[in-house]
Amino acid sequence: MVKIDKASTPIFKRRKLVNKFNMVMSGFTMAFGLFWLSWILFTLLRDGLFALDLSLFTRNTPAPGSKGGLLNAIVGSVLMAGTGTVVGTPIGIMAGTYLAEYGKRGWLAPATRFINDILLSAPSIVVGLFIYTTVVARMNHFSGLAGGLALSLIVIPVVVRTTDDMLRLVPDSLREAAIGLGAPRWKMITKVSYRAASAGIATGVLLAVARIAGETAPLLFTALNNQFFSTNLWGPMANLPVVIFQFAMSPYDDWHRLAWGGAILITFGVLGLNILARLIFRKKI
Amino acid sequence: MSAIEENVMPHATVAAAEEVRMSVRGLNFYYGKFHAIKSVSMNILTNKVTAFIGPSGCGKSTLLRTFNRLHELYPENRTTGQILLDGEDILDKSVDATALRARVGMVFQKPTPFPMSIYDNIAFGVRLYEKLSPREMDERVEWALTSAALWNEVKDKLKQSGNGLSGGQQQRLCIARCVAIKPEVILLDEPCSALDPISTARIEELVNEMKKDYTVVIVTHNMQQAARVSDYTAYMYLGELIEFGETDKIFTKPVQKATEDYITGKFG
Repeated sequence: MVKIDKASTPIFKRRKLVNKFNMVMSGFTMAFGLFWLSWILFTLLRDGLFALDLSLFTRNTPAPGSKGGLLNAIVGSVLMAGTGTVVGTPIGIMAGTYLAEYGKRGWLAPATRFINDILLSAPSIVVGLFIYTTVVARMNHFSGLAGGLALSLIVIPVVVRTTDDMLRLVPDSLREAAIGLGAPRWKMITKVSYRAASAGIATGVLLAVARIAGETAPLLFTALNNQFFSTNLWGPMANLPVVIFQFAMSPYDDWHRLAWGGAILITFGVLGLNILARLIFRKKI
Repeated sequence: MSAIEENVMPHATVAAAEEVRMSVRGLNFYYGKFHAIKSVSMNILTNKVTAFIGPSGCGKSTLLRTFNRLHELYPENRTTGQILLDGEDILDKSVDATALRARVGMVFQKPTPFPMSIYDNIAFGVRLYEKLSPREMDERVEWALTSAALWNEVKDKLKQSGNGLSGGQQQRLCIARCVAIKPEVILLDEPCSALDPISTARIEELVNEMKKDYTVVIVTHNMQQAARVSDYTAYMYLGELIEFGETDKIFTKPVQKATEDYITGKFG
């Protein structure tokens, strides 16, 4: 009889033990992370759910003591996130295309990629201060446009990175096939590479939007805030993150309530965008 | 080895009456510093199937790819010598690569359907060169798919993605895409290596059909395939053309000892 039960030899015993130890440790660290996340979500739901009502969407931010909602902040956030996305996405996609399709050789693409990675992890308050000195200080007033530009600076590196990554996943054989048919390079990129990578690029853009939806620091120095309803990008503009920041810091209970409402709106907005991104990505693959 | 060195001149015993479509003259190819093809000369005849055989790394695919200048995608690649297509040197910089690729089409080792519908896969190439009315385009797509023996299988799902087809169908789609732009020469780079025997048999049938209208050059690892489909065979080894001639002769009475060793399987 061949001895099947090798598991009793010392080396296998040790392996099993090490395996078990690592399993327990990684399970533990996962639980540790999940614990804080669920605590945050639980608190948010407990204190935020009662703040949700229709007036949140129909009325503007109130003076202390009077009833109100977050309409101006919601509209401002959407406008500025929209500006950031509209400005940042084309630049990001074009730069990412350069990196993946044209930057195979030479030093420019690796250098750009490296700097882009730094930008990707740059503290957003630095971005806010940068736009403050270059735009706000020159225009002599805060504006929604400056806020949108600050957000676009956060969108760009995210989109550059995902476009680059997704295009580099497109097999070269597909490019050769298009070139081999006689397609010029730009046509190969726009008709074949982009199509092959479209789900990934769309996901990247959505994740970038989700990222800027909750950014506070870049808006604090640029769009500031506005307690009135305004769609004028040239003037100061209300937005959810800064309203949450201000209202949460205030001593008024009804402002606290609105801050919770805003927090829950952003959280579920971002959650929705993430789910949408996953759905798009899954459908195409 | 000595057999190779003794006689590097290919024994091209080509009947004079045949029409030469492409003529390779003293072609050298370099991947950076690596000398991948060493002064190869041969004639590719019109409406014949020419097969390139040889062990991996012998330069047969490299040679094929220079025929529609695909090597230019990678700037470290360099060539010297000439490849004449109907008397014109296609490696000359003044020749437009796009125009060349309209005349010399390529089908790759792995099926490469574009991420679009079956219809658009065919129409993509056609639109690069011609402006057809929707009806003409429909006819062209049907014609191309029919010549690639795929029409009956896909005629009800032309709007579906080309990626949904089986491997063999995808490869025939790629052949249809290549045929659709009406090239003169069709290059096949190991077109069956990713396919099962049944799909392989269909592609081989197709190659036989194609030579009526096109000049076909096929690279293959499978010597039986070369014997079955080709009229002329070139045996390459380490970047050199060892022997070139009619397939029947190469496979029955090769002149070179090296060729015989490779064909009979004695080789390495």
